[in-house]
Amino acid sequence: MRHIISILIENESGALSRVAGLFSARGYNIESLTVAPTEDPSLSRMTILTSGSDEVLEQITKQLNKLVDVVKVVDLSEAAHVERELMLIKVRATGKDREEMKRMADIFRGRIIDVTESTYVIELTGASSKLDSFIAALDAGLILETVRTGVCGIGRGDRILKV
Amino acid sequence: MISGAEIVIRCLQEEKVDCVFGYPGGSVLHIYDALFKQDQVKHILVRHEQAAVHAADAYSRSSQRVGVALVTSGPGVTNTVTGIATAYMDSIPMVVLTGQVPSFYIGQDAFQECDTVGITRPCVKHNFLVKDVKDLAVTIKKAFHIASTGRPGPVVVDIPKDITAQMCEFDYPKTIQMRSYNPVVKGHLGQIKKAVQILQEAKRPVIYTGGGVILSDAAEQLTKLAHKLNFPVTNTLMGLGGYPATDKQFIGMLGMHGTFEANNAMHYADVILAIGARFDDRVIGNPEHFGEEKRRVIHIDIDPSSISKRVKVDVPIVGNVPDVLEEIVKLMDGGFKTDPEVANWWRQIDEWRGRDSLRYKQSEHIMPQFVMEKLYEVTGGNAFITSDVGQHQMFAAQYYKFDKPRRWINSGGLGTMGVGLPYGMGVLMANPDAQVACVTGEGSIQMCIQELSTCKQYGFPIKIINLNNGMLGMVRQWQEMFYSKRYSQSYVTSLPDFVKLAEAYGHVGMKIEKPEDVEPALRKAFTEHKDDLVFMDFIIDPGANVFPMVAAGKGLTEMILAEDL
Repeated sequence: MRHIISILIENESGALSRVAGLFSARGYNIESLTVAPTEDPSLSRMTILTSGSDEVLEQITKQLNKLVDVVKVVDLSEAAHVERELMLIKVRATGKDREEMKRMADIFRGRIIDVTESTYVIELTGASSKLDSFIAALDAGLILETVRTGVCGIGRGDRILKV
Repeated sequence: MISGAEIVIRCLQEEKVDCVFGYPGGSVLHIYDALFKQDQVKHILVRHEQAAVHAADAYSRSSQRVGVALVTSGPGVTNTVTGIATAYMDSIPMVVLTGQVPSFYIGQDAFQECDTVGITRPCVKHNFLVKDVKDLAVTIKKAFHIASTGRPGPVVVDIPKDITAQMCEFDYPKTIQMRSYNPVVKGHLGQIKKAVQILQEAKRPVIYTGGGVILSDAAEQLTKLAHKLNFPVTNTLMGLGGYPATDKQFIGMLGMHGTFEANNAMHYADVILAIGARFDDRVIGNPEHFGEEKRRVIHIDIDPSSISKRVKVDVPIVGNVPDVLEEIVKLMDGGFKTDPEVANWWRQIDEWRGRDSLRYKQSEHIMPQFVMEKLYEVTGGNAFITSDVGQHQMFAAQYYKFDKPRRWINSGGLGTMGVGLPYGMGVLMANPDAQVACVTGEGSIQMCIQELSTCKQYGFPIKIINLNNGMLGMVRQWQEMFYSKRYSQSYVTSLPDFVKLAEAYGHVGMKIEKPEDVEPALRKAFTEHKDDLVFMDFIIDPGANVFPMVAAGKGLTEMILAEDL
């Protein structure tokens, strides 16, 4: 099962390696990991996309809670939440493909943020599955480069992760 | 204003640290200079940094205090890693202070530089790199706090040399608050009530306890509860001494080399009350086989991640063990009655006991089990027994009956050979008048044998019980049983003359080759040579094996007994 774990962690040097080290030492998956300081600069918020059985997920959250620098851990995917990922994708945009690329970007509500004679950079935000669909919808030969932020997410409504 | 180095020493004094185990070097010279100028904190100079950490570890294991080690940067640190990992696996509180190259050299591959925080990260409870002298005192306070609370563990504080030279006001915080670290201590009352209900319904109960009982000083509460329940009690290797081994409710150690009755009781129990234990692979054997029996498990532990990690638990109780046990006893005062069928269960257990699974055959050679029995007799069961890792460790665990906690000092989780001798040093620093025997083998003892020199310097009167079979015994046992007697690299040739070796270090050496000499030699060592380190080289039966044995991958009840062979 796919799970999104959100962590509030002390913004100390080495905090990221404690989390990453825990996952590798215990053989847990990390499919994506994003981290940045929160509105309180002494805290970082980390979002980890992982997968595993219920037992494995129970251990992941318990082990994360055990890290001394970790302040809070929640499994976002346990309840209502929204998730987004951002992708920048550089595509070849020449001849008839140039118009087609523009149209595809519009259909997926992407924005073209860099233009040259032969390329576009398209910015696309959405659920990871939407980014996957966009990639699938393009001619693979036209994709020059992709970069994705990994998933970040937040609980809906009153579900708040804060100290 | 005082220097960073003086702050380090003042912090240790504030923490009432009476000794540190260490080894000086370039990065810690300021700290050693500050150490020199006072006499409140004693320093024990080891011969290898690994021994400093093992000794600090045993200091903690044998007392209720936190052991401290002090080493220099680079190789000083890398030499401590085995010791830190050993303490981590057994949840031993310890603070390791490490020197680091000056902060402005960090990352430049300076002389004796290593990434201490990186290297130790996977085997510490937490670690710190001090980047500002103003943070030094509070960081050391945090280190002691983290090491000794919750599920204890080792904490490393890495201190760059320039920080130890800088001047700062000294202000040691009395208490510490960390928003990210607040271990649960009080067990959930609802869960405790549920547990009491289940204990009442139990027909085939067993109380299974581990190192958590020792670490949390819950032996008294455990004994009280067990007596009230009249349920059988088994201990893990780490839990020995948590319940008196001579008590009639004690059914022995369980696990790979556990007794027939303990392993059967654990497997066939309908209710397991697990206390400060973690159902590890050496305890339950094959988890699928263990899972075949239907049972209810109550698990009390300070660490939530130990619960339902390997065995599904029905009633998890996260909290400080002695408090939870007291809570249970309190609830039992309201008309608690155990199930009458427990009497039948005891009959079954007594039948298993009747197999006498620790019986062994005497031979013309000295049997290692016999040495342990005699050691128990001669010391009146009151000694601190440190041990290395291998067959001798299992013989000590099986045949020395520990009635008190913190008397059995061994590396259970990591299984580190070489700990026995430095463990003896740590025990003696925490308990200066104690009788200490180090049960070891000719393989293990050679892994930290240089500490014979430290023992001479400080007069540690350890009695080394070397069970010498010329073999790496446990490896040999597995090769004999599972590798068709292909003894690959388990035979030790060119052993030193241990008597001469002991004498060369200024100690007393004895070689004992006949069964009838075992007891007189032990008596002599513990009386005439009470104040000497005595290296007792027992030449034992080379074929002796540890039984019962649950082979790797087998179920708890699929034991090989000595009588089967």
